[in-house]
Amino acid sequence: MNIFKKTILTVLASLLIIGNVYADKIKIGTEGAYPPWNSKDASGALIGFEVELANELCAIMKRECTIVEQDWDGMIPALLMRKFDAIMAGMSITAERQKTITFSQGYADEVASLAVMKGSSLEGIDTPEGVNLTLGGSAVKKALKTLTGALAGKTVCTQTGTIHQNFLESGDVGSVKVRTYKTQDEVNLDLTSGRCDVALAAAVAFTDYADKSGKPVTLVGPTFSGGAFGNGVGVGIRQGGDDAIGTRDAKLLKDFNKAINTARKKGIISKLAIKHFGFDASM
Amino acid sequence: MELLAFGKTGWGDELFYATLMTIAVSVTAMLVGFIFALIFTPLKLSKYKSLNLIGNFYTTVIRGVPELLVIYLFFFGGSGAIMYVASIFGYFEYIEINAFITGSVAIGIISGAYSTEVFRGAIQSIDKGQFEAAKVLGVSKFAQFYKIILPQMLRLAIPNLSNVWQITLKDTSLISVTGLVEIMRQSYIAAGSTRDPLFFYSFAAVLYLLLTYLSMKLINRLEAKYSRGY
Amino acid sequence: MDFDLMITSFPKLLGATVITLKLLSVSLIVGMFLGLFFAILRMNKNMFINQFAYGYSYVFRGTPLLVQIFIIYFGLGQIEYLRSTFLWVILKEPYWCAIIAFALNTGAYTSEILRSAFQTIKPGIIEAGKSLGISNKIIFYKIQIPIAIRQSLPAYGNEIILMMKGTSLASTVTLMDLTGVAKYIISTTFKPIEVFIVAGGIYLFMTFLIHNLIKYLEKKYSFQ
Repeated sequence: MNIFKKTILTVLASLLIIGNVYADKIKIGTEGAYPPWNSKDASGALIGFEVELANELCAIMKRECTIVEQDWDGMIPALLMRKFDAIMAGMSITAERQKTITFSQGYADEVASLAVMKGSSLEGIDTPEGVNLTLGGSAVKKALKTLTGALAGKTVCTQTGTIHQNFLESGDVGSVKVRTYKTQDEVNLDLTSGRCDVALAAAVAFTDYADKSGKPVTLVGPTFSGGAFGNGVGVGIRQGGDDAIGTRDAKLLKDFNKAINTARKKGIISKLAIKHFGFDASM
Repeated sequence: MELLAFGKTGWGDELFYATLMTIAVSVTAMLVGFIFALIFTPLKLSKYKSLNLIGNFYTTVIRGVPELLVIYLFFFGGSGAIMYVASIFGYFEYIEINAFITGSVAIGIISGAYSTEVFRGAIQSIDKGQFEAAKVLGVSKFAQFYKIILPQMLRLAIPNLSNVWQITLKDTSLISVTGLVEIMRQSYIAAGSTRDPLFFYSFAAVLYLLLTYLSMKLINRLEAKYSRGY
Repeated sequence: MDFDLMITSFPKLLGATVITLKLLSVSLIVGMFLGLFFAILRMNKNMFINQFAYGYSYVFRGTPLLVQIFIIYFGLGQIEYLRSTFLWVILKEPYWCAIIAFALNTGAYTSEILRSAFQTIKPGIIEAGKSLGISNKIIFYKIQIPIAIRQSLPAYGNEIILMMKGTSLASTVTLMDLTGVAKYIISTTFKPIEVFIVAGGIYLFMTFLIHNLIKYLEKKYSFQ
């Protein structure tokens, strides 16, 4: 190597800390700001349903895993940049996301719901308990129509880059004023301060917030699933390929799928789901 | 006030380390900026139009586009660019660039654009006679620059560089996108956890004011030292 | 290089530029009045008044704009008392919170620019006015202010550009300005370079326009 290449490499090497990506060690990225799926405790350590599930799956796969934190809006780019090898951050499996990354089978279902502060005019709205947009049907259509009327002109808040934002912008509930925020925390803040008339997120996210903060946040309307809301939450993994890393990723996907099957059979997922959500949200 | 206690219950120690991080990033960014300025100032002052163009392109673009966009570009595109460069040399593995380097270089690029302008202005306001006198002395070009021109340039540049320092210090608040825990990010975390944004963001403001105040004291001392004899 | 993306994202980004320009213009206008007001306060003989004005400018220039926006948007939004007053109608909207933060910020910088411009007016001009028997008040309004404004044009031009970049922070409080939409497009297409070129290009074009506008004003209003 001539001296020019040598100096460039030395500069690069001195600037970088080269991470090792041996086949058995992987990093899993999570947001750490979406309780009860994933959050942080007082000391800053990552906790939550997915953190515990990740450790269980890694034990089954016999791989060494480190869980790292990543802001939601940079989640997929960080995966593609190989900052980590898998995403377990309450990320639903959607066709849109599958264009860039691949998912394992779903391990838990996230039903979404609207939430308001007690006393809002939206309380007691007449809709069925659950609306599955993939199944559709006349009941679903009627529910959407009721919602369109109720939400007309209201400000709806949700987190940026989520299935909830996609749903609100899809037109299924007419045109609403959508406000997007960097984290669910900010959504909760503006909902309680009255800046938002209503917010949309995972139902458990709101119940968790209501419990922990004591603020009178109540769920209204039906629980949503299917359609824009995707098909459950899965592990996000880079798409496989022919090169060294692509083969590794393809194997990782297979391993995760096998591990999820095992965990499901052993009842691990159900147990963790009941522990964190209060009900069995496993798939 | 208990919120600020050191130790497990209070956020005092986290905020203290965050402040140290802010200082560290600012200093590193300022130095990185100087490196960029040392490259681009000669380009801007060169007699070749094409080199001028490169120099002007750098300062115009970086000073004309919001810092958030530059940081976003660097964060999302930077890693890929470095890995691309490395792959040319046959290294295909993942390269982890830690958040500190990413943040410091991102701010450094911005700081460098301002520093370039300051250096350029300072050199241009040194009396032409000095350059001629330096040449006449018969010392090497290197010595001409370092022993004669540079000290004078620094004296003229320090007031404006203190402005660049303030800008750099405040711009560090924008790199929370890289996950680096400096004052802004730590306040964000604390505010979210305690649901008391007013307290923590106000305290963050106090911390920045403190840093600004201390910086000014230090820089005034520097100015006095370099202006000796004037 | 994905040129298709650059072409398709351009109209969306252009639309968002309208919001950026709205934020910029309103903030600057309010900021100009604030700046003039505080610059005058700074020159007041009363120590409390001029220290108060100094304090305002020190605080708003010594803290990052991001902190200022967060305090006004998230901090004030948290205060129960405020939510029950009529002020809430204004503070409820992120647009107005951003304007308040930007205006206070640019007001501080503007007051410094105007203050230093006032202080560099040659005393001879004021003496000339006095010797002509013109009252102090008229000297101030008809002589000092116009001269100060003319002197500040270069520095103020810089401030306008800085403020234009500052409006990008509105994207941190849910406003979909040029930077907000650019961030959104980047986060869904993962093509930062293409989007940066288009969004950055729009900002640069605005910088170019502002720069030339100030140059024109400088020429038009110069003395000799």
